[in-house]
Amino acid sequence: MIAKLLKLQPSTSLSTDAAKKAPLAIDGLSVSYHHKPVVWDLSFVAPEKGLVAVVGPNGAGKSTFIKAALGLIPKLSGEITVYGKPVDKQRKLIGYVPQRGSVDWDFPASALDVVTMGLYGEIGWLKPVRKGHKEQALSYLEKVGMADFADRQIGQLSGGQQQRVFLARALAQDASLYFMDEPFVGVDAATERAIINVLKKLKDQGKTVICVHHDLQSAPDYFDHALILNVRPVASGPMHEAFTSENLQRAYGGRLAPSELSGLMSLAGQ
Amino acid sequence: MDLPLADFLQIDFPALLVASLAGLCCGLPGNFLVLRRQSLIGDAMSHVVLPGIVVGYLLSGTLDTLPMLLGALGAALISALLIEVIRRLGNVEPGAAMGVVFTSMFALGVLILEQTGASGVHLDVEHALYGNLESTLWFGLTDWSDILSADGLAQMPGSISRLGGVTLVVLLVIILFFKELKISTFDPAMATSLGFNARYISIGLIVMTATSAVAAFDAVGSILVIAMFICPAATARMWTDKLSSQIILSSVFALMSGCLGYLIAAFGPFLLGENYALNAAGMIAVVACLLQAFSMVFAPNHGTMGRFLKQRKALQEPAEI
Repeated sequence: MIAKLLKLQPSTSLSTDAAKKAPLAIDGLSVSYHHKPVVWDLSFVAPEKGLVAVVGPNGAGKSTFIKAALGLIPKLSGEITVYGKPVDKQRKLIGYVPQRGSVDWDFPASALDVVTMGLYGEIGWLKPVRKGHKEQALSYLEKVGMADFADRQIGQLSGGQQQRVFLARALAQDASLYFMDEPFVGVDAATERAIINVLKKLKDQGKTVICVHHDLQSAPDYFDHALILNVRPVASGPMHEAFTSENLQRAYGGRLAPSELSGLMSLAGQ
Repeated sequence: MDLPLADFLQIDFPALLVASLAGLCCGLPGNFLVLRRQSLIGDAMSHVVLPGIVVGYLLSGTLDTLPMLLGALGAALISALLIEVIRRLGNVEPGAAMGVVFTSMFALGVLILEQTGASGVHLDVEHALYGNLESTLWFGLTDWSDILSADGLAQMPGSISRLGGVTLVVLLVIILFFKELKISTFDPAMATSLGFNARYISIGLIVMTATSAVAAFDAVGSILVIAMFICPAATARMWTDKLSSQIILSSVFALMSGCLGYLIAAFGPFLLGENYALNAAGMIAVVACLLQAFSMVFAPNHGTMGRFLKQRKALQEPAEI
């Protein structure tokens, strides 16, 4: 398999100046669990001020793509740069909202504690959390409408409220590039509105959000760019160019009924 | 009961001190082990030290404590690394990885012991299980002021100074790295993405656990080491939803079990008119378990009784309006 990899031709997308300064530029990324490839030869350049929906069927490697881009799991090959430098050197520019199920909600921490964790990178090694940091964290909880729940133990929040805590924590990181892993899954209407508001504000501030999204119906409404994946990249670009019925058909195979597709296309304004 | 001060200072005071320090130096890191669902690592650490102790003895040729302790520490660290390697390379769940390592290391210890004739020497099983809490004596103390005198300090038993040193280091590390330990325990991916490499912090915690286990093992034996890693933290979790409070409470519970357990073991039977003493390490573990059982029932938010009372109150409230 390694020999096969070595033969892969590097694509040239990273050589352009635009790609060098892009919020996220990925060139020939491949990741596999054991012998099964999960992401294969993915190249992608994220636009400045873009809200990118990462869509694809189950097992398409959407979460894996995000984790590999963040450097959380080892990659087989490929080059990843964030604003022109390796991920490890740009940690302070990156915010991350993981899947809700990825942490232990029984942990002895309040909503405020969790949001304060978003400031840890800025506080740095060995320095304690001060009162000012807590006040700052509270202001982020206010932004997602959760200030009243600041002292609540996180396990006693509803799923939507937990998601908003994660969102406030990401805001606290004050990053330029955000990765979100299915933030809309299983949330209530209030949380959905809160997330959409946050996405809009982030875009207005010139930030870029890469968001794994499961719901094809709402993708064209919430996002302006799309990356369609099914292990291999299927299409990427501005929503109206990438989010076409042909591309979705290619990614999902026979799994989308024609009526679903036509519904989607009318949403996408085609 | 007549208890001369000198007797108390020479026999009971050092035992109380050892029990308290062992409780603290295992109980403090125990908080993070319990929250990471790695409680059994303390158990693993107290078993894997056997080959280290035997090799330490064989290499030094003496029954001195220091070479054996160094051997034990080496074995604990090697095991910690092995557990990580098996977990990552074999993709085995942590409990199974610990089980594989600690049984094989323990077996290796038994084999070396038999093959080299070291078993002829008295490396006894009882010591390994119960430690030698009762036989920790601090000679030369006749008054409280002697403890801090040059003469008194010179006669301080080695196990107390070792445990005291390790406890101090553990306490400092947890205070200094509180934020890092907290975030890497709650959300390792987030910690790593913020630049706090969760893997290194995790290895650091295991090294600290190994050091605590070895320091306490010699003094109090493996039963108490396991109890002290898990019970105080699990008990404290029942009473609070705040990590810093949990850590402080766990220290209180560790000290309570250590002191109460020893006092009951040493003086309980006398007070009942019997003329014997109970095993202190065993009694300390029993007290720790009783504290846990009490908390599981009566703690306000997490205890069964506490929850029941809250629910009943909540049900009654609308009726009162």
